[in-house]
Amino acid sequence: MIGLAGLLTRRNLVFSLMCIEIMLNASGLAFVAAGARWGQPDGQVMFLFILAMAAAEVSVGLALVLQFQKHHPTLDNDAANEMRG
Amino acid sequence: MIIAFYISAIVAVIATLFAITRRHAVHALLYLITSLLAIAVIFYILGAPFIAALELIIYAGAIMVLFVFVVMMLNLGEASREMEREWLRPRVWFGPAILGIILFGEVAYLVAANAPPAVAIQRVSAKQVTIALFGPYVIGVELVSLLLMGGLVGAYHLGRRTLSQQEELYDARATRARLIAGGEPVHDRPRRTTHAA
Repeated sequence: MIGLAGLLTRRNLVFSLMCIEIMLNASGLAFVAAGARWGQPDGQVMFLFILAMAAAEVSVGLALVLQFQKHHPTLDNDAANEMRG
Repeated sequence: MIIAFYISAIVAVIATLFAITRRHAVHALLYLITSLLAIAVIFYILGAPFIAALELIIYAGAIMVLFVFVVMMLNLGEASREMEREWLRPRVWFGPAILGIILFGEVAYLVAANAPPAVAIQRVSAKQVTIALFGPYVIGVELVSLLLMGGLVGAYHLGRRTLSQQEELYDARATRARLIAGGEPVHDRPRRTTHAA
């Protein structure tokens, strides 16, 4: 919830990526807590998958941020509305 | 044990709240790292030490280093030096240091006391996790490896284009300087074709 609120309030691309990280981390925490509650290893397996997905996502996202900053001097993500390919 | 869980949960929530409300990205990163450390302590308390170690290594180690590098690359400007002087004031790292000291004391107490896990928690060892991971979830492991490969290729593709643009800029500058100095332009390098973004 905190990550979602941050994603909705902040207008900066780096902060958006950080809030996505917070949300993924919270979902992983919920998986691990559920797995520990019922004694199943599936929760931790799911957390491993979430971890790998977050790593891939953040690498591509940060590369996109760098590429975006070449074209626009700001990091405002309202400035990205002219993206037409 | 329950008290330790609630302390680290409160630390995580406070650090995350500070992380999304700071104005500078580096302050937010400090609080975010503190929040990740608190979540790693929570994993340890929940009986998943393998996941806690992975959280520390991958999240707080690798992903945060990526963020720090990108923030460092984005702030190459005129005002960055004054900004850094402002960043290095003691009150900036005071809050994360306080929260980190709380977490460290908690972990030291847990290790020293050798406390048993909480009552409602059934411990899941790393052996069970890996047996489940390479047993019924082996398709998922293959898909994750494919996803990581795609992420690697995508990040390389997005980063390579900026590198080639910078190389062309450097070539143009060097050619202009050579022309100004009265020399002949050199065309020893084949023209690089870049597609438009």
